[in-house]
Amino acid sequence: MNQQQFIGRVLKPAIFALALVPLALLVWNAWIGELGANPIETITRETGGWGLKFLIITLFVTPLRRISGWQWLARIRRMLGLFAFFYVCLHFLTYLVLDAFFDLRYILEDITDRTYITLGFTTFLLLIPLAVTSTNAMVRRLGGQRWRRLHKLAYVTAAGGVLHFLWQVKADLREPLIYMGVLLLLYLARLPMLADRLARLRAPGREEKASAARRVAI
Amino acid sequence: MLIRRPDDIKSSEITDESVYLDRRRFMRRAAGVATASALAPAMLLPRSVSALTTDSAAKSPLLDGVIDGPFSTDEGPTPYKDVTRYNNFYEFGTGKRDPATHSGRFKPRPWKVKVLGECDNPGDYDFDDIIKSHALQERIYRLRCVEAWSMVVPWVGVPLGPVLKRFQPNSKAKYVAFRTLFRPDEMPGQERGYLDWPYVEGLRIDEAMNPLALLAVGLYGRELPNQNGAPIRLVVPWKYGFKSIKSVVTIRFTEEQPPATWNLQAPGEYGFYSNVNPEVNHPRWSQRRERRIGDILKRDTLMFNGYGEQVASMYSGMDLKKLY
Repeated sequence: MNQQQFIGRVLKPAIFALALVPLALLVWNAWIGELGANPIETITRETGGWGLKFLIITLFVTPLRRISGWQWLARIRRMLGLFAFFYVCLHFLTYLVLDAFFDLRYILEDITDRTYITLGFTTFLLLIPLAVTSTNAMVRRLGGQRWRRLHKLAYVTAAGGVLHFLWQVKADLREPLIYMGVLLLLYLARLPMLADRLARLRAPGREEKASAARRVAI
Repeated sequence: MLIRRPDDIKSSEITDESVYLDRRRFMRRAAGVATASALAPAMLLPRSVSALTTDSAAKSPLLDGVIDGPFSTDEGPTPYKDVTRYNNFYEFGTGKRDPATHSGRFKPRPWKVKVLGECDNPGDYDFDDIIKSHALQERIYRLRCVEAWSMVVPWVGVPLGPVLKRFQPNSKAKYVAFRTLFRPDEMPGQERGYLDWPYVEGLRIDEAMNPLALLAVGLYGRELPNQNGAPIRLVVPWKYGFKSIKSVVTIRFTEEQPPATWNLQAPGEYGFYSNVNPEVNHPRWSQRRERRIGDILKRDTLMFNGYGEQVASMYSGMDLKKLY
């Protein structure tokens, strides 16, 4: 089995299975009645939390690939991004069905009056075009450059997710601030100057190749 | 000593404290109860205790002499497990399970309450001094948290008003201020600064004297578990839960409106009154509905948490949208 086959037949399925573990745990805990006294709150928090974690994990892929030179990382980025969308969808559906119970007036009031819901809903909407244009066919149709420009929105959605979280905390800001700190580091790593430095951290002589790889990476 | 009474007593019979404290009747009854309790103990406990499901969690000791008090709702009480494992008590952490998990080191005895301010009988009162001359009542109240969830809790306690009257508040006593214990060694949340410790709360004197206001020392017929505010806490069911301050060590009668912790933390979000009001939304979330623990879908929140009959007159003429 060569490297390409290993990625396709072992690595991707393994990561796929791993990404489903949070959902499996949620279902298992629901089954055995261990979601706590307020199961809807637990489901909402867990699905939202994993949506945000996957958004941030996805943003790690490119900087990590540049630093490590592991080009195969690019091949799992789409899957991680789609898992982010998957968990955010579950989060939204939990709100729609179990919290608002399809009450349109209630939902509209929430979206217009509660800043954290405005932020969360906008983030959800912004993720839709990213998910829709994630197929190879759509990449070809849009063209690499336009596609890349569109998918810079991933950074906006991660920030939206963090603020959506931060805005509803009553007193203890630690967890959302950790996310925010990680996100800021990722933004810094994206600054062109730092991005090139990071690429040069690897063995000298390969930087040209890495830089070229970055240009064609999608 | 067993002073349990059966649960078929009408509330009109139990309001007369002097009758309840009549030692002779009391002893006679106790003797009868003691005999009967050997035969059928479950029948003689307050109604909520017999509804307790047996789970393996350690429970605090049973309280003796609990009678059924007034104002109880007939809505089904939230299970003991949920009442004691899902609540806010930031002194033990900000998670809903933190109070149950991190309150093991807390020592609710011995316990003294300092009474001071505008009253004729200030002093340090032992826990028993405060409670013993009042009959313990069970009152099944709705509890509405400001976070839009709610419970039904069978509290055990004594009405706050008669307790306060024994301290003889004077004419300057317009408010009552309460303070929670500050003991970071036993309350790990206090080692972190997300709230300004110690926790303080306050009521207007007429609110404190309202017959609904309860000083709770137990729930489900048992002593208050540490995580629920042992050994003595306030219960004001027409206000959001955070007004019902836990583990009280100081009661002060004041002329000025006293500070309140969440009000200090975010004045635009938590008012001094904090009456349950579906018409006044928290700036960040809706207060129109609530999720009763155990339910899946939310229900409509009631004005004054459904206790308008008892409390609405205290606020007549006040703009509750401004004085939230």
